[in-house]
Amino acid sequence: MERIPILKMGELLLVTIQVDMHDQLAITLQDDLTQQIVKHRAHGVLIDISSLEIVDSFIGRMIGNIAAMARMLDAETVLVGMKPAVAITLVELGMSLAGVRTALNVEKGMAMLQNSLKGKETFGRNTQG
Amino acid sequence: MAQASGVGQLIKKNEQQILEQWLALQQSAASFRADLMKDRELREQSREFLQHFTASLQEDSQNVDAPAWKPVKDLLASVSRSRATQGFKPSETAMFVFSLKQPLFDLLRKEIKDIEILGNETWVMSVLLDKLGLFTMETYQQNREIIIARQQEELLELSTPVVELWNNIVALPLIGTLDSARTQVVMESLLQKIVENEAMIAIIDITGVPTVDTLVAQHLLKTVAAARLMGADCIISGMRPQIAQTIVHLGVNLSDVITKATLADAFAVALQRTGATVIRNAVKA
Amino acid sequence: MAVILKDETAWIKSSSDIVKVRQLVRDWAIAMGFSLVEQTKIVTAASELARNALDYGGGGEVRLEMIQNELRRGLKVTFVDQGPGIPDLEQALKDGFSTGTGMGLGLSGAKRLVNEFEIDSTPGRGTKVSITRWRNT
Repeated sequence: MERIPILKMGELLLVTIQVDMHDQLAITLQDDLTQQIVKHRAHGVLIDISSLEIVDSFIGRMIGNIAAMARMLDAETVLVGMKPAVAITLVELGMSLAGVRTALNVEKGMAMLQNSLKGKETFGRNTQG
Repeated sequence: MAQASGVGQLIKKNEQQILEQWLALQQSAASFRADLMKDRELREQSREFLQHFTASLQEDSQNVDAPAWKPVKDLLASVSRSRATQGFKPSETAMFVFSLKQPLFDLLRKEIKDIEILGNETWVMSVLLDKLGLFTMETYQQNREIIIARQQEELLELSTPVVELWNNIVALPLIGTLDSARTQVVMESLLQKIVENEAMIAIIDITGVPTVDTLVAQHLLKTVAAARLMGADCIISGMRPQIAQTIVHLGVNLSDVITKATLADAFAVALQRTGATVIRNAVKA
Repeated sequence: MAVILKDETAWIKSSSDIVKVRQLVRDWAIAMGFSLVEQTKIVTAASELARNALDYGGGGEVRLEMIQNELRRGLKVTFVDQGPGIPDLEQALKDGFSTGTGMGLGLSGAKRLVNEFEIDSTPGRGTKVSITRWRNT
């Protein structure tokens, strides 16, 4: 069965969506991701959509769902690489994707995740000490 | 039914003479632009026209829209195009055709003895050349319009420069009145530049914009939202009392957007948010 | 009155057909010379409506037409399904998406992405939606 590959990078998981997704693929991705977050105790998820020319409300909802599920599993999600034409269209469509953090590319997204993870660590230590 | 004219034969016999007379007329005309065109080019254009004109005349002298006249029209279209690029006025280009009348009528008067036939042929030629002259003007107009449209596009691109102020920070100083169409183009260009410069913050400066109406305000908001989806934050600088009032009265909600009165203030905020610090060293005396 | 220069019809029976509809509309939009943003808008709108036809309409068909009026050329995409129809059209057109969890049909969103939007829905008989994007000359 066709699946979207999930790459482990330290404490982060990287998902690169390159194909025009149909429903089954999207459901499989959500399942796989949640399993992998738990399996690897990942604290961050990077969703790279820099190859996507079209993002409709279905994909938008999928991304929102992934972010919500990841948060419940103590992982933060950052969406990276949205193309300008896609951004303009999503705004017109009325999708704000609130609750999903965004960054320009994988590099910046990773920096963002690592920054907030550092913040969490320090907090943990303080309450312990 | 195609009607050939004997005039074609007449012109062919006296081709050189007509060409010289025509050239002389064109060059002596008050409207002639010696600064824009060399003698050789003019001679070549005129000679070619005369050739095609004569050929078409011998096929069909009545109907300028018939296929027989296509070569002439093609030539006129190309003359029109090149002259438009060279900067000729439409009337100057049309004179190319109209000035052929004089030498042509002189020839007819000399060669045709029958008054009635002379009158008839003169009229036919006059109508023909009028139509061809007007065709030249029409083509000229169309070409100018294409050039103007292209220039407008280039101007639009030039007037919306996106500047990289510092690492990860770009600024778009907007100048002049914004209409809906222009704003859309400008915003698309800003988003593209954000990607190209990998900017985390985009400052949209509206100091140079006199008024902001609902449509423009909405476009600004949509651009800010789109930039956010892409991973960049926007700051709007140059906010003035009148514009603030207009926006509130229009009911447009800018509460999610950072706004500053000056570009300098916006830049300071941008530097802070991107983790940069400004250190002022003592100035050496 | 617009003249139809070219047309094509396709079925929407499964979710992989939605992907096909996107590709079809995109190919047509590119061939007609639409800008990148215009392409993205009409393909996304088509994707929304194709999904509606499948999820709410139980499947249907889509028809693409290249139309021409006195001034310009346009791409018209029509979705027809024989589903349950939309009971309150006015309400459906008002509903939009909020944070991505909204269950609206997304009709108002799709409407904003195109130049012309026509909808005809009869409860019990089905729905027909047409969207048109005109090419800027």
